[in-house]
Amino acid sequence: MSKVILDVKGLTMNFGGIKAIDTVDLTVRSGEIVALIGPNGAGKTTFFNCLTGIYTPSFGDITLRHARKNQETRLNGMKPNKITEKGMARTFQNIRLFPTMSVLENVMIGRHCRTRSGIIGAIFRNPAAKREEEEIVEMSYGILKKIGLHKQVNEEARNLPYGAQRRLEIGRALATEPFLLLLDEPAAGMNPKETEALVELIRRICKEGHSVLLIEHDMKLVMSLSDKIVVMDYGKKIAQGTPIEVRSNPAVIKAYLGEDVDDA
Amino acid sequence: MFPAKELKRSLLISIWFAFLTFPLMVIKVDPIARTVHYRWDNMFFIAIGSFTISILAKVFILRKERIAHSRKAQKTASEPFVQRILREPRFLYPLCLAVLVFALVFPTIFSTYQTNIMTTALMYVVLGLGLNIVVGVAGLLDLGYVAFYAVGAYSYALLNLHFDMGFWAVLPIGGLFAAFLGIILGFPVLRLRGDYLAIVTLGFGEIIRLILENWNAFSQGPSGIANIPRPGFFGMEMSFASGIVYIYYIVVALVIFTIFVVNRLQNSRLGRAWLALREDEIACQAMGIDKTKTKLIAFSLGAFWAGLVGVIFAAKTTFVNPASFTFLESAIILSIVVLGGMGSIVGVIFGALILILMPEYLRALSEYRMLAFGGILVIMMVFKPNGIISNVRRSYRFKKTSSKQVVEHE
Ligand SMILES: Nc1ncnc2c1ncn2[C@@H]1O[C@H](COP(=O)(O)OP(=O)(O)OP(=O)(O)O)[C@@H](O)[C@H]1O
Ligand SMILES: [Mg+2]
Repeated sequence: MSKVILDVKGLTMNFGGIKAIDTVDLTVRSGEIVALIGPNGAGKTTFFNCLTGIYTPSFGDITLRHARKNQETRLNGMKPNKITEKGMARTFQNIRLFPTMSVLENVMIGRHCRTRSGIIGAIFRNPAAKREEEEIVEMSYGILKKIGLHKQVNEEARNLPYGAQRRLEIGRALATEPFLLLLDEPAAGMNPKETEALVELIRRICKEGHSVLLIEHDMKLVMSLSDKIVVMDYGKKIAQGTPIEVRSNPAVIKAYLGEDVDDA
Repeated sequence: MFPAKELKRSLLISIWFAFLTFPLMVIKVDPIARTVHYRWDNMFFIAIGSFTISILAKVFILRKERIAHSRKAQKTASEPFVQRILREPRFLYPLCLAVLVFALVFPTIFSTYQTNIMTTALMYVVLGLGLNIVVGVAGLLDLGYVAFYAVGAYSYALLNLHFDMGFWAVLPIGGLFAAFLGIILGFPVLRLRGDYLAIVTLGFGEIIRLILENWNAFSQGPSGIANIPRPGFFGMEMSFASGIVYIYYIVVALVIFTIFVVNRLQNSRLGRAWLALREDEIACQAMGIDKTKTKLIAFSLGAFWAGLVGVIFAAKTTFVNPASFTFLESAIILSIVVLGGMGSIVGVIFGALILILMPEYLRALSEYRMLAFGGILVIMMVFKPNGIISNVRRSYRFKKTSSKQVVEHE
């Protein structure tokens, strides 16, 4: 079995009296595509926000082990930007691109944490800074090619169609060189054709050595794509397993379809 | 064609306005004759006037919306004329050269008085460009910018008074002091957002002014510090007139330096991070940008320019007192940035020239300056929210075949 790169133990998140997440365990292994599913309000996005440092979890441990380096980090209480530097990047359910920046610039922002030059480099444009800037542009363009947006480099991000914006968010996250990619409902609002292209893209990303943890409501996508599925309901993990196991799990069916379907 | 709802709204506005201005415009107390006059005709004019203005404004807004609508439908938004010029190096470079030559021969053509006014305007250009980094690019609403200006001015005044230091030695020191203060202030303050940040910086600006006003032992209080020497030129004594011309050239050089640096900063890794921070803080952090550090850099760089101009201000007027650093100053500089165009260098230059030169040449208006500022800003916000000249976005072009980029540039 491959190495565990994300290890979440007993994660709990309280908002006042509400337990949005209740002692959830989850692991992602290197090279895996893991899906996190559950009805609306189950706490999936909150789970992501805890992992990426936007919220500080109330209890529990989040450990990230670098897929290639021998490096282990406890993520609790770390700042979001530090976590991204450690090699875990995300997209957002409600698209959060930089709307008036160009498509290329959006991806270039992703390169920020892998580059150095500061005030001095900006003002004097010394060879090192110049080379770095060229590398940023080149690599960002390469990523745009991969996600099929290289024709729209100078377009403002807000003018892109919805599906393209979702892909651009993935591209921007890829630019930070993550080994683990968190996608929050990447197919939301996409038509079947766009969804198909997205599945292709995620497969390719995975083949290139990134592991993926994704939240998704589109069951067809989830079933065809994931190696492992984790199901949440009311903040608790109610099931976990391969797509086939999860599909026939009574607890999952109950969570999705309500009470009285026991013998359906 | 014109909605009745809007008519009713305008009517209500005018009645409300007439009511509000009633004590001021209608009642007139004659304290000697002990009588009260009611000038009802004034009320009538005010009602008519505000009704007309309100209707006109609404018509403009409606028309603008319609235009925007039809433009969206075509989706071929034609680039404004100015933007096209700014994008084409073919036009831009000769234009810059012409402006530069004009700036250099300005003192020989115009009188000392005019040169002096121009110097002031150019100082505000630099202040505007400095604040533009903070407000326009990084999106941090700073209402206490004048504090850093004051720090620069008092650095020169005090260092000269106590240690007899010269203008050129203090110039960088004043800038660095201001930048340092920017960092110190920024640490606690920059975790606030939007309105909160604005209020705290406003308070900070006032605190600095009050310290200067009340700490007599340190700053000589409200009477200020006089007899500050003008900048020296290799120890040469200069006449009053040539002194003014000399300062003019110093400021021109500073403007060029500022434009150069600010332009490079905007088109860099750092500048991109500022823009991104303005657009979406959470996404920014999730992309690995250190929010606090990036904001601090913007804040202290902006303060640096204010410090530099502060030193020049002290040298130019040879006198500083706290009254020069009121909130009005901050408001003017902010107006320059907003009016000119947030994040746009050319826009800010225009904004400064318009806002500073206009009152100088229209002396009559200067009493109503605050009123005019308010009015202009409101009108700008409604009709041209991006300022006179909005920022030109850098665009990239790539060859079809290879991933190597070919041309890139503003
Ligand atoms: N900042 C917050 N403060 C208080 N409650 C919150 C906060 N964020 C989320 N919640 C609550 O936590 C619960 C889980 O929300 P979350 O957004 O994680 O659901 P989700 O599984 O992502 O749902 P969806 O599928 O609709 O995206 C909800 O009941 C929500 O109201
Ligand atoms: Mg969600």
